[in-house]
Amino acid sequence: MSEFTVPIGEPWKKPPFIKRSWLRWTLLIGFIAYLIAAVLTIDVNWSRVYEGLERGKQFVLAFTNPDFTSRSGDIWDGMVESIIITVASSVVGIAISIPIALGAARNVAPLPVYLVCRAIIAVSRALQEIIVAILLVAIFGFGPLAGFLTLSFATIGFLSKLLAEDIESMDKVQAEAVKASGAKWSQWINYGVQPQVMPRLIGLSIYRVDINFRESAILGLVGAGGIGATLNTAFDRYEYDTAAAILLIIIVIVMLLEYLSGIIRARVQ
Amino acid sequence: MPVQELKGQKNWQRRTSRESLSHWVLWLIGVAIFAYCWQQISDATTWFFVWDAPRIADDIWNRATPPRWSYFSQLGKPIWDTLNIATLGTIISLIIAVPVAFLAARNTTPSQYIIRPIALLIIVSTRSINSLIWALLLIAIIGPGVFAGVIAIAIRSVGFCAKLLYEAIEEIDTSQVEAITATGASRWQVMAYGIVPQILPALAGIAVFRWDINIRESTVLGLVGAGGIGLQLSSSLNVLAWPQVSLILLVILLAVVISEWVSAKVRGAII
Amino acid sequence: MLRLENLVKTYKTGDQALKSLKLEVPEGQVVALIGPSGAGKSTLIRCINRLVEPTSGKVYLDDVELTGLSAAALRRERRRMGMIFQEYALVERLTVMENVLSGRLGYVGFWRSFLRRFPQTDVDEAFRLLDRVGLAHMADKRADELSGGQRQRVGICRALIQNPALLLVDEPTASLDPKTSRQIMRLICELCKERGLAAIINIHDVALAQMFVQRVIGLRFGAIEFDGSPEGLSPDVLTTIYGEEDWEATIEEADEEEVEAAE
Repeated sequence: MSEFTVPIGEPWKKPPFIKRSWLRWTLLIGFIAYLIAAVLTIDVNWSRVYEGLERGKQFVLAFTNPDFTSRSGDIWDGMVESIIITVASSVVGIAISIPIALGAARNVAPLPVYLVCRAIIAVSRALQEIIVAILLVAIFGFGPLAGFLTLSFATIGFLSKLLAEDIESMDKVQAEAVKASGAKWSQWINYGVQPQVMPRLIGLSIYRVDINFRESAILGLVGAGGIGATLNTAFDRYEYDTAAAILLIIIVIVMLLEYLSGIIRARVQ
Repeated sequence: MPVQELKGQKNWQRRTSRESLSHWVLWLIGVAIFAYCWQQISDATTWFFVWDAPRIADDIWNRATPPRWSYFSQLGKPIWDTLNIATLGTIISLIIAVPVAFLAARNTTPSQYIIRPIALLIIVSTRSINSLIWALLLIAIIGPGVFAGVIAIAIRSVGFCAKLLYEAIEEIDTSQVEAITATGASRWQVMAYGIVPQILPALAGIAVFRWDINIRESTVLGLVGAGGIGLQLSSSLNVLAWPQVSLILLVILLAVVISEWVSAKVRGAII
Repeated sequence: MLRLENLVKTYKTGDQALKSLKLEVPEGQVVALIGPSGAGKSTLIRCINRLVEPTSGKVYLDDVELTGLSAAALRRERRRMGMIFQEYALVERLTVMENVLSGRLGYVGFWRSFLRRFPQTDVDEAFRLLDRVGLAHMADKRADELSGGQRQRVGICRALIQNPALLLVDEPTASLDPKTSRQIMRLICELCKERGLAAIINIHDVALAQMFVQRVIGLRFGAIEFDGSPEGLSPDVLTTIYGEEDWEATIEEADEEEVEAAE
C-alpha cells in the first residue's frame, strides 16, 4: 500500500470493459463492419415503402374505427376455435409435462430416464410451433387437431424445462426430511417435492396458457385452425378494419389473461 | 376446521367437507370444459386422415430422406438475410424499448397517470401479437422483402424487451439513486450514474436473450414472404420438394442450436 | 449555520415522523442524533437536504431557506451538504474512482460527467482523498469488490469531494463490525475537525456516540427529548429516550472504551 504513489496531476481514465486493446478494437470494428454489410444487403424499395405509407395510415386509422360486424361470423368461429385449441392443448401439454419434468430433474430421476426426458425437451424446444404445425398439417390434414397437437408438443418443451430447473434447485433439506421418515418414492414426490414446486408450476402453467393463446392466432396461417385464417384473409383483401378488430380482440384477451395470471400468482405465493 | 371431534376422537382431514366439495365441483367443471373442447376438435377433424396418418408420415419420411445436400449452395444468401433480420431487428427494438421502459417503470416515469399507461399499452400491444402477424401486416403495407421482416421483428421485440427492462428498473436499489441525488446531481446525471449502471447487466442479458429468440422467429418469417430462409422453405413446400424441405429444416435446427449456444456464452460472460 | 424551525413531517400513511422540531447547529460542530428505531432520525436527516419533502416548517443553511427552493436551486445547495449512508449506497457496478467523482456531479455538466471527463482538479482531489483514507491503490477496483469498511471510506470520500459545509451521516456504522465501526467514526470526526465541518450523525450505538462527539441529541417519537453534552447522558435520560432498561452497563462500557481509545 505504501509503495503506491498518488498520481496527482495525471489524467484519469475509466478502465475499459475489455482489457486487451487489440481484442476491444477487433470486436468493435468487426461489429461495425457487420452492421454496414447487413444494412447494405437489405434492398429496400423506397418508392414501394412510400406508397405503403398511405396504406399504413389507413391501417392505423382502422384501429380507431374497427369493424367487428361485417365478418362477425368468421371472427366468432375463429376465436372460439382458437380458445378451444388453447384450452385443450394447455391441459394435455401440462399433464404430460409434469412427469417429463420429474424425469428431467437430475436429483429425482435416474440417469437413463434423465437423458430420454432431456432429449424430448430439446427436440420440442428446437422445433418452432409453426414448422411443427406445417408438418402435422401435412400428416393429419387441415383442421384444429394439428394445431392442438402442435401446441401440446410446444408446451411440453417449455414447461418441462423450466419445471425441471425448479425441481433441481429445490431445498434439499425438506426433501431429505420426508425421505428420512421412510416414505416411498411416490410419497416422497408428493410430500417432499410437490409442495415446493407447486407455486412455480401454477405460475408457469398460466404463463403458458397465455403463450398458447397468442400462438394459436398464427396456426391458421398454415391451416392448423384458429383465428389466423380469418386474419390472413382480412389482410389479403386489404380489409384493415376487420383485421384491426381481430387484433384488438387478441390484445384484450391477452391483457385479461395477464391480469388474471397476476391475481392467481399473487394468491398462490 | 380440519380437526373435528368425532365420537370423542380427534379426527383430522386435509380439508373441511365444504372445502372438499367446492374442490370437487371445480375439478368437475374443469373436466367438463376440457371434454367440450375435445369434442369440438374431434368434430372438426376428418378421422379417416388421422387413421391414415402413420402411412402418410412414413411416405413423407421416405421422400424427404436423404436431404438434397447440393441445394445447400443456394441457401447462403437466405441464411445471411435471416441473421440480418434477427440482428438488425433486435438493435432497432432496443433503441425503442429503452426509452419506453423508462417511461413505463413506476420509479422513473415522468407522469404516473398519462405517460405510464401509454407506455404500458405499447408494451402489451406489441407483445401480444406474434411477429408473423406483424410481418403479414407490414407486407400488406410496404410489400414483401427483408425490410418488412426486420421491422416486424423489431416491433414484436419492443414489448418483450421493454417489459423485462422496466421490471429491472423497478427493482433497482433506491439507496444508490438517493446517494447520487444527494450530491446535487441533475435528473439526467442521476439517470446516468445511479440507474444505468444498475440495469446495464439486465439490459445486455435481455438483448442477447431476445436475439436468440429472434433468430428462431426470423427463420420462419419467410413463410409469409418477409425474407430469410423461410422463403425457401415455403417455396419448397409449395412444390412438395421434400428433400429440400428436410435440408432446410436441418439448417434451421442448426441455426437455433448455434444461436442458443452463443447467447448462453455471452450471458455467462456478462454476469 | 444550520437552523430547523418547527419542522414537521407527516407521511401519507398518517404517521407523524417529526413533530415541530427546532434545532440549531453552529459551524464546525459534530452532533450525534440518537434514539430508538422509528424515532424519526433518518427522516430528519433526509428532510434537511429534501430527499424527503418536509410537510411544514423551515430549514436554513446559513441564510438560505432550503425549504422554499426550486429544483435547480436545491441542487446547487445540495452540493454544500455531503451525505454518508447506512449501507454505503455506492453505485456498485462503477469503479471506486467513479464513485468518488460522482460527488462532483453537481459541479460538472451532463455530457462531461457522462463521458467521465472530469476536470483535472477534481481527479487530483479524488486521489488526495482516497489517499487520506488509504484507498488510493484501489481506485480502479469495482465498488462491489470492496469490504464494508472500505466501501464506507469511499462513501466518505464521495461526500467530502463535494466540498461541503455540512455532513449528513445516516447510521454510518450500522452494517460494520465493532472495530471497523470505531475506525469509521474516528475518521469522520477527524475529517470534520480538519476541514471545520459541521455534521449530524445518526447513530443507534450510544456508547460509540459518546466517544466521539461534542453534543448529543436524543429523539423519541419525532420530538427532542435530550440536547446536551455526552456526559449528560444519565440512565434516566436514556430511559426517557429508549424506555426502561438497565443502562449502567452501556455507560460504563463507553467509559472504558474511551480509556482504551486514549491509550
